[in-house]
Amino acid sequence: MMESKLSRRGFCAAATAGLAGLVALDPRALLGQAPANRQAATPAQEPLPGAGPAGTLADPGRAGRPLEPVTAKDNDAAIQAVEKRLSCTCGCGLDIYTCRTTDFSCTFSPGYHRQILSLSAAGMTGDEIIAEFVKEHGESILMSPPKRGFALLGYFGPWVGMVAAASGLVLLIRAWGRRVGRVSQESVPVRVDATPAELERLQRELKQFEA
Amino acid sequence: MSLLGDLALWIALLLALWGALTGFTGGATGRTDLQQSSRNAVFALCATLFVAVFALEWLLFAHDFNVEYVAAHISSNLPTFYTWSALYSGQQGSMLFWVTVLSIFGSFAMVTTAPRHRVYLPYVGAVVCVVAVFFLGTMLLAPHVDGIGGGNPFDRLPYTPADGRGMNPQLQNPGMVFHPPMLYLGYISITIPFAFAVAALLSKQLDVDWLVAIRKWTILSWLFLSIGICLGMWWAYVELGWGGYWAWDPVENASFLPWLMMSAFLHSVMIQEKRGMLKRWNLGLILAAWILSIFGTFLTRSGVIQSVHSFTESPVGGFFLGFLLIAAALLIFLYVTRLPLLRAESTLESLVSRESTFLFNNLMLVGIAVTVLFLTMLPILSELFTGNKITPKAPTFDFVNVPLGVALLALMGIGPLIAWRKASIPNLRRQFVAPGIAGVLAVLIILLLGMRQVWPIITISLATFVMGTVVQEFARGMRARHRQYGEIYPLAFFHLIARNRRRYGGYIVHTGIVMLFVAFSGMAFKTETEASLKPGQSATLASPYGWTYTFKHLGVSQYDALNRRVTAGTLVVSRNGRTIGTMVPEKRQHVDGLGNPTFEPSTAVAIKSDLREDVYVVLGGVVNGTETAVYRFTINPLVWWVWYGGMIVALGGVIVMWPGGTVGSNRVAAGYAAKIGATE
Repeated sequence: MMESKLSRRGFCAAATAGLAGLVALDPRALLGQAPANRQAATPAQEPLPGAGPAGTLADPGRAGRPLEPVTAKDNDAAIQAVEKRLSCTCGCGLDIYTCRTTDFSCTFSPGYHRQILSLSAAGMTGDEIIAEFVKEHGESILMSPPKRGFALLGYFGPWVGMVAAASGLVLLIRAWGRRVGRVSQESVPVRVDATPAELERLQRELKQFEA
Repeated sequence: MSLLGDLALWIALLLALWGALTGFTGGATGRTDLQQSSRNAVFALCATLFVAVFALEWLLFAHDFNVEYVAAHISSNLPTFYTWSALYSGQQGSMLFWVTVLSIFGSFAMVTTAPRHRVYLPYVGAVVCVVAVFFLGTMLLAPHVDGIGGGNPFDRLPYTPADGRGMNPQLQNPGMVFHPPMLYLGYISITIPFAFAVAALLSKQLDVDWLVAIRKWTILSWLFLSIGICLGMWWAYVELGWGGYWAWDPVENASFLPWLMMSAFLHSVMIQEKRGMLKRWNLGLILAAWILSIFGTFLTRSGVIQSVHSFTESPVGGFFLGFLLIAAALLIFLYVTRLPLLRAESTLESLVSRESTFLFNNLMLVGIAVTVLFLTMLPILSELFTGNKITPKAPTFDFVNVPLGVALLALMGIGPLIAWRKASIPNLRRQFVAPGIAGVLAVLIILLLGMRQVWPIITISLATFVMGTVVQEFARGMRARHRQYGEIYPLAFFHLIARNRRRYGGYIVHTGIVMLFVAFSGMAFKTETEASLKPGQSATLASPYGWTYTFKHLGVSQYDALNRRVTAGTLVVSRNGRTIGTMVPEKRQHVDGLGNPTFEPSTAVAIKSDLREDVYVVLGGVVNGTETAVYRFTINPLVWWVWYGGMIVALGGVIVMWPGGTVGSNRVAAGYAAKIGATE
């Protein structure tokens, strides 16, 4: 009976080859890690994205909240214009349109969007929709507070202040200028300790410098 | 290690108290032993705080989740890059970072201040130590309120969680690694010129000397603030996904306020240096810049006004408010009592002079700062006075600030063209003709090209005018050097900058600011649309340049990467039918080391840029778990001009503060004198 003997060298070579093959297939197998950068495949999903009918994702939850398909009305310029005049109340400081199309995790702006669509479908104009929102949420819903009352101070106060400050500055500089003029008229001509040749050279240097 | 950190904080507090005490006493009595002790206290403070920073980084990298700060800001699978930046991603760590950098700057001031300015140093050390006492006191004494951590980053939990909460996904961005430190460096470095200003007030040595001592420091803090603000804009643009870079958020405004004050100071200080005027004004600007920097920190941390930066909110806001009020009261008292010592040595002679335009420039910069501050505080003020909260948002800020900004742009061009003291009519004619014609031609060209929006037209026209002034100044300087020294023009260009870094570095800064203004006007032409696309379907969007972009959706893939689970949409993008590349916007669900989701899924935008416009795509999500993806497509014109403009501003700032300019000027002057001597 022939006895099959595997030498130590042979065993090591076979083991190395096996390990190398495993690592070549997926290096993370060696480290016991989950495979990365691989598309999560499920029986329901096409092997190549876009190759067949739209498949389903292995884990839709990681893609955020499920969304509705975008309709032509969602992209309506008039609807967007209304949404850009209204502020989202989630605390982002953005308008409703920008908020609902930014991180898509806001729970307020999609609802406001649907409300605007329904008010528009009911025949309301942009201004009427805005008025409806103000009635419901107060003026804080507006991206631009109305130009009245205390808000006027915010809109025009800085300009009024700047014009007043600039006018004051003009008057001040003119007053200083007049004072300097008076002082220079009253002052005695300064005696210069320089020869005419030195003065001429100074003039020449100054002209050259200015040029 | 947390014990070591805790101990280091307490020792640092004692050192800061000692440094403040000996500094003020040594300065007032002239006792050199106390002055030396205060100086040593600043160095010791710095060394001790380094130990605290080392301890916190050790705990972060060791994943010691029993430490509250570590558990709240990292997870075991957070990439190393962000584990490092967790030092300042939370409120407690950022305060440690702040006070450590302050002690480094304080030590530098002690070492690098010229011997003739050493008279201020005891007070400078004392002021640095007082600010450090406030920060360290807040860290060690701020209580936990409603489960929100106090100020100490070394506090331990009564239990050890299996893994940390992880870092806010919005902070896991390279921009966020560099943007906060840069802003902090800007805020913190203002403390040094502020400390010199207080030293000048206390020592009653209010001549031009203290201004010379702080020259480099003011430019340094302005430079850090500029870079920090630009990096913040970049982070907001690439990370937040709303398609813009500036939203007038209260915390953005808080960083803008000291920048405006420092910009005003950098201009008006020239008048004090040249004419001995505006002493009160300049001192006031430095004090105001520092108060605003602390105010900015208060806004970031208090949550008093709603902001996207709410991740740093905590109960320490009250401490900041108290410090702010006490500091402001003391500073106003000190300032008012020293007013008689701050009389101007001369006055303005003419409305048409460089000094006047600098004054108007200051008026605009400070006016914009006051406006931004007022609008930021309007919700509180309106509620206080009327009971009704009025919250101005971006459109209101734009409405008020755009005209002011445009006026500032005009002054930026006019100022350098007008002579010092008094400008003559021939001088004005000679200076204004070429840039004026350039501005008018720009209007005609853009009108012919079909642009009709008023503010962009005015902005581009004024930007051309300002660039005309810059080019004219460089051309004249180069021509003069070419005539006088026979230098070739490229060499003359470099020598011109090297010989007068402050002036020509300033012009380079102006060039960067002009680019920023042009970029801002570009956003008026932004276009956007949203679409849900099945694999193989396309959406189109017209750009302001008249091109049509087509986005073909290939499909949605999902995979794991580092500490997140990614859902990615793949789009092939073409412009006017020609493929320009692939874009892969993502939706990311971050997870901790155990695979548990942390935070809400976030977006990672895909951006394709060139000098003309950015294609900006956000993946909103998918329709009912299918590969039908919802996208928002945006075309943002001239965004790269913001980043390049920011880089040029930074370059100009570096040139202005580069050491050795004075020596070079002296050498040139000496050579010139020798030349005149030889010809005699």
